[in-house]
Amino acid sequence: MSKESFQVLTMADFSAKGESPEILFWVGCAGSFDERAQKITKAVAKILHHCDVKFAVLGTEESCTGDPAKRAGNEFLFQMQAMMNIQVLNGYDVKKIVTACPHCFNTLKNEYPELGGNYEVVHHTELLQQLISEGKLKVSGGNFTGKRIVFHDPCYLGRGNNVYEAPRDVIQKLDAELHEMKRSRSNGFCCGAGGGQMFKEPEHGSKDVNVERTEEALALSPNVIAVGCPFCMTMMTDGVKNFNKEDEVKVLDVAELIAQANEL
Amino acid sequence: MFSQIIFILLFLASVVFFAQNIKKIRRNINLGKPLDRTDRPKERWMTMMRVALGQSKMVVRPVAGIMHIFIYVGFVIINIEVIEIIIDGIAGTHRFLSFLGSFYNFLIGSFEILAALTLLACFVFLIRRNVLKLKRFWMREMTSFPRSDANAILITEILLMTAFLTMNATDSILQSRNFEHYLSAGAFPVGGMYAALFSSLSSESLMMIERICWWFHIIGILAFLNYLPYSKHFHILLAFPNTYYSNLEKKGKFTNMDSVTQEVKLMLDPAAVPPEGYQSPTSFGAKDVYDLTWKNLMDAYSCTECGRCSSVCPANQTGKLLSPRKIMMDTRDRLEEVGKNIDKQKKQREASGRRRLAEGLTAGGGSQRIDDGKNLFNYISEEELLACTSCNACTEACPVNIDPLNIITEMRRYLVMEQSKMPAEWQMMMNKIETNGAPWQFAQADRANWISSVAE
Repeated sequence: MSKESFQVLTMADFSAKGESPEILFWVGCAGSFDERAQKITKAVAKILHHCDVKFAVLGTEESCTGDPAKRAGNEFLFQMQAMMNIQVLNGYDVKKIVTACPHCFNTLKNEYPELGGNYEVVHHTELLQQLISEGKLKVSGGNFTGKRIVFHDPCYLGRGNNVYEAPRDVIQKLDAELHEMKRSRSNGFCCGAGGGQMFKEPEHGSKDVNVERTEEALALSPNVIAVGCPFCMTMMTDGVKNFNKEDEVKVLDVAELIAQANEL
Repeated sequence: MFSQIIFILLFLASVVFFAQNIKKIRRNINLGKPLDRTDRPKERWMTMMRVALGQSKMVVRPVAGIMHIFIYVGFVIINIEVIEIIIDGIAGTHRFLSFLGSFYNFLIGSFEILAALTLLACFVFLIRRNVLKLKRFWMREMTSFPRSDANAILITEILLMTAFLTMNATDSILQSRNFEHYLSAGAFPVGGMYAALFSSLSSESLMMIERICWWFHIIGILAFLNYLPYSKHFHILLAFPNTYYSNLEKKGKFTNMDSVTQEVKLMLDPAAVPPEGYQSPTSFGAKDVYDLTWKNLMDAYSCTECGRCSSVCPANQTGKLLSPRKIMMDTRDRLEEVGKNIDKQKKQREASGRRRLAEGLTAGGGSQRIDDGKNLFNYISEEELLACTSCNACTEACPVNIDPLNIITEMRRYLVMEQSKMPAEWQMMMNKIETNGAPWQFAQADRANWISSVAE
């Protein structure tokens, strides 16, 4: 497969052409601004383009879903953000949304309907699973063949929305060895970022949550710790650094695994 | 005849006392805010059947789960025996149900096996708590009463089961001797085994032991019944309604504050006209038990302090102050305190009411909040609330679908929206969302900058 350049279009671009995309790619704040998470965003965009999925982003018209405000207890700010976003989304008559952030996913899917925003929302791992099963996305192991991969469940994808199998199904396609931590699926252990923790120092304790979780993953001697959330990405990457293992163990999003395996 | 009268009086007294306590708990739960949990009845019944009746979440941890099933099934089934004991006690009969013949033998036989399994499970549980000292039974919130409460329950069950089996053992010897009214009835697979211990005793002594055990068993059960409302053990009753009224939404979905929606709509659209009679909300979130829903309060009474929530809580497991179990215990303790205040006030009212009645005045009613200068924050600290990652591990782990996360969220809402009390970093994060549309210091205009480097 060759690397090709392409232009990511915005909803405004489509609108100007009098067209509408199949799906809106909701990038989220981390995916837009965090340097590491931008790579996940690009991997998703490349895969969508590779599979000829007609997609668009909101670009500068996108704004925080309000998730961190809501979890921290600021319902006012959350609803302000939600209603402004809903105005934009409904203005473009958006029907279907994909996002690589489980926090955006949960909020858009479960908390926007009561405020007038009704969309079909999927997590990027669900879309990848679907593209693979439809034959639009072919996956072979590439450089991951035979590698040991551990998947860390994001709370807002797993327990929050009962999506456990989609990321695993996608990873299984890589001809790699998928290993499970003792605390996985519905018993998964948080990375420590949720509930607004990402944006403040942790309370006093004996250990940081991400260190505890990374330790558990590292005990399985993985080559890759796979994640499905930009915040888990930050926490697990920091955790791996804490154990000075960043040269041996890579932390990668499921979309990055697929993009790299396909040399996109 | 004399013993029948004693029995009837004892029985009535304990039923009345129990009913009074239940009424109080019901009143306390109803202090909570309204919440509609009557939708999707079929799904609710199924949840109750699966989680409460079927113990589906208990067996996630197999050792404790299976032992718990022994006690649970034993408790439910052996209570059929209590029906016979009550009939015998009132009517002065002996083994009234024995006319059921071979079915009766089957019943008594299975009660005995379950009693033996219950004994085994109680011993295992006592060992886990007091000898192996499992971490979750020794956390910070497990102070003296929660620990002695658990031990009292287990020891009582052991005594009750021992009395039941000894009663059967002595009865079986009396039956074989054709002594007085001891007709051959029942099968005794367990009691029969250790009947040999008593075989050298005279029939009169045996009868005395049998009677003592009978009385001990029934008085023990009535006492146990009346201990329930004061104990964590109340879960044996509330597990059923509490799972029926479970949150059926996705765990990730937090409640929408409708009072805020109206305000935000008015703010975003200056032309909007508030609906007639609209009043701005006066308070946000939960400061005290009155601000929680009745389901939060039922959750608190349903908690049996097993600590599975805290043993999976990422904050708790990394040494933070937060323990979801403590949130539930604190909510119940505060609610009980509020309940006692209400009882006290009612008594005072009644006293002054009588005076006023004598003076020709009527007593004033109304049940407004009693200000005792305390609230939930006297029990739960900000530090605990702030440590939550909202990961839902606690709600997933709870064997009776208790939701500590909802209480934590409501209390955070109070702190943030009422008091503007939060860490400076959160204040910054919120300011950035408000001004930049992102929780970090980046300009909205730069949001799409990544696009230019996609195909690199």
